[in-house]
Amino acid sequence: MAETLFDRLWQLHRIADAGDGADLIAIDRVMLHERTGGVALKSLGEAGRSVMDPSRVFAIMDHVVAFTSGRGRNDSRAPGGNVFITETRAMARKTGIHLIDTDDARQGIVHVVAPELGIALPGASVVCPDSHTCSLGALGALAWGIGSSEAEHAMATGTLRTRKPKQMRIVIHGTLSPHVTAKDLALHLIARHGAAGGQGMAIEFAGEAVNALDMEARLTLCNLAVEFAAFTALIAPDKKTFELVSGAPFAPRKRDMTAAMRHWSMLRTDEGAAFDAAIEIDASDVAPMVSWGNSPEDSLPVSGVVPADAKAKALDYMGLAPGDSLIGKPVKGAFIGSCTNGRLSDLRAAAAILQGHSVAPGVRAVCVPGSQAVLAQAEAEGLDAVFKQAGFEWGAPGCAMCFYAGGDTFPPGTRVISSTNRNFEGRQGPGVRTHLASPATVAASAIVGRIADVRTFEPVLEGV
Amino acid sequence: MSEPFRTLTSHAVTLMIDNVDTDQIIPSREMKTVSRAGLADGLFAGWRYNAPGTREIETGFILNEPPFNEAKILISGSNFGCGSSREHAVWALAEYGFRAIIAVSFGSIFRANCARNGLLAVALPEDHLEAVATFASGGDNITVDLPDQAVSWGTSQANFQMDAYEKRLLLEGLDPIGLTQSSQSLIDRFIADDRAERPWIYPQTAK
Ligand code: SF4
Repeated sequence: MAETLFDRLWQLHRIADAGDGADLIAIDRVMLHERTGGVALKSLGEAGRSVMDPSRVFAIMDHVVAFTSGRGRNDSRAPGGNVFITETRAMARKTGIHLIDTDDARQGIVHVVAPELGIALPGASVVCPDSHTCSLGALGALAWGIGSSEAEHAMATGTLRTRKPKQMRIVIHGTLSPHVTAKDLALHLIARHGAAGGQGMAIEFAGEAVNALDMEARLTLCNLAVEFAAFTALIAPDKKTFELVSGAPFAPRKRDMTAAMRHWSMLRTDEGAAFDAAIEIDASDVAPMVSWGNSPEDSLPVSGVVPADAKAKALDYMGLAPGDSLIGKPVKGAFIGSCTNGRLSDLRAAAAILQGHSVAPGVRAVCVPGSQAVLAQAEAEGLDAVFKQAGFEWGAPGCAMCFYAGGDTFPPGTRVISSTNRNFEGRQGPGVRTHLASPATVAASAIVGRIADVRTFEPVLEGV
Repeated sequence: MSEPFRTLTSHAVTLMIDNVDTDQIIPSREMKTVSRAGLADGLFAGWRYNAPGTREIETGFILNEPPFNEAKILISGSNFGCGSSREHAVWALAEYGFRAIIAVSFGSIFRANCARNGLLAVALPEDHLEAVATFASGGDNITVDLPDQAVSWGTSQANFQMDAYEKRLLLEGLDPIGLTQSSQSLIDRFIADDRAERPWIYPQTAK
């Protein structure tokens, strides 16, 4: 029978029927971060249990690490947050799992680091107590976010007991227009079908527009699947995928590479395989998108106006009224970074817009590369100079201003244009009004000091 | 592991909005230690207290109003518990005293977390949900029956669907790790075969 890529991945990891409609699934890699992983390690130890195979578990510091350059190894951006760093470090050492510490040259946001290092591989099952683990489906990995209890289960047994989810295919035809990115595509999908539109399904993205995306853009697209309430997302691996992972430190050793490539090349959906749901999108319908409310489904083409039926709670929080146009709304904050858009291509796209410009007076603009590797390459290309000359702060890798954990952020009420993934109430700080957008749109808006259309914006020289 | 769940009769708090995310259930700034405990005070902190970081009660927020401050059931809209995977959201709800959440749908990680902490997540279609919410907002008790998979209020009743595995976890208060470790020989055999098939998955060290 014709199988989907997801069927195949599930079958490859299915150890047994676990009863009650669940399967016992083999977990190849567990990743942890200090915010939710430390507690899993701790409670595993308290229960007197050990990690079954420490060589397949990775702890990475990213969520509450300070993002000021030159940070010390225990410095947290969250008041009291250093205990998450020190306790996770101590437990990682005690259990013998891999530790990628705050001062490690490999450090960065877990979902950015995993493909760089080959922790996530095509066909591998990867879990992490973090909802954006679905990003790694972009490599053709069976990757999904779990809770801390499930992380304990995966570490103690090398497995999870899970019911196989339903499946959806999202085919994206045609070509994305200039200045329209994977971020815009994902926001377009969520705006059109709702934040619950993925219905807990495993989603395979396919079609010529997806094939044309580079690996970083694919990671961005799959990253946002959780904002669509998907179980996870997947893209069939191809030449671009194999190129990305083959040089990585945790990639298959040379002597295993031929077998691995043979295995990876069968990771695709058969002609005629059945899905439980399907969505088709024409890439040429997608415009640069900006969110207006407190759910990613509250997103619009940048030229749009706040809908007449907008929820009062969101309007009140965001300081908007129905009929307001997004373009021209003054912003006082801009952030580029996160596991959604903190990779090299994102920084390049933003720098291309910023080159030769400055951010508008009164705008606090911050760029935090997603990993040390991204930071090093960006600096080698001189991108840091472009950001700094434009007036951006240039931070040290981590989640940074993607979420508020106490500590430094924008003042309450600040309207912020952000390359992150969540515009929830308080996500970037109490009262902070987050508008999600692509890195290029963030850069253009920072220059203008207002939400701007990256395709047509004109820098205004206020006060000159 | 957790207290077995059978039936529950209680007041219910209604929070009739969609997409209540785990950042609202427990703001990140309220996660102060590497622990599953001590989170109840931070539950819905952004809505319950009148300024971030304070414990000054925001009057008018339903969780602060008797009899709803004693409710063990929470009713909300669609996609409840979306967003961050933080299990702290479930730990906070459970520690505060909630034992069941009724909503149109749930974030899938949140829902899985519930079953592992003795918290029952009940999905009801919109019309039933509205009826039960309207009833509960009058301050009368409603009943959730897990063995029969039914919610009843006044003279009305609605059945709900439930994942069989999660139902068992809740009914028996099972420890899933212990359960899985009883199949250790199956796991060992799988790994031995898989190691031959996909040796690169099992590196002892990085190259
Ligand atoms: S960058 Fe933001 S969304 Fe991504 S893992 Fe970090 S906190 Fe989560």
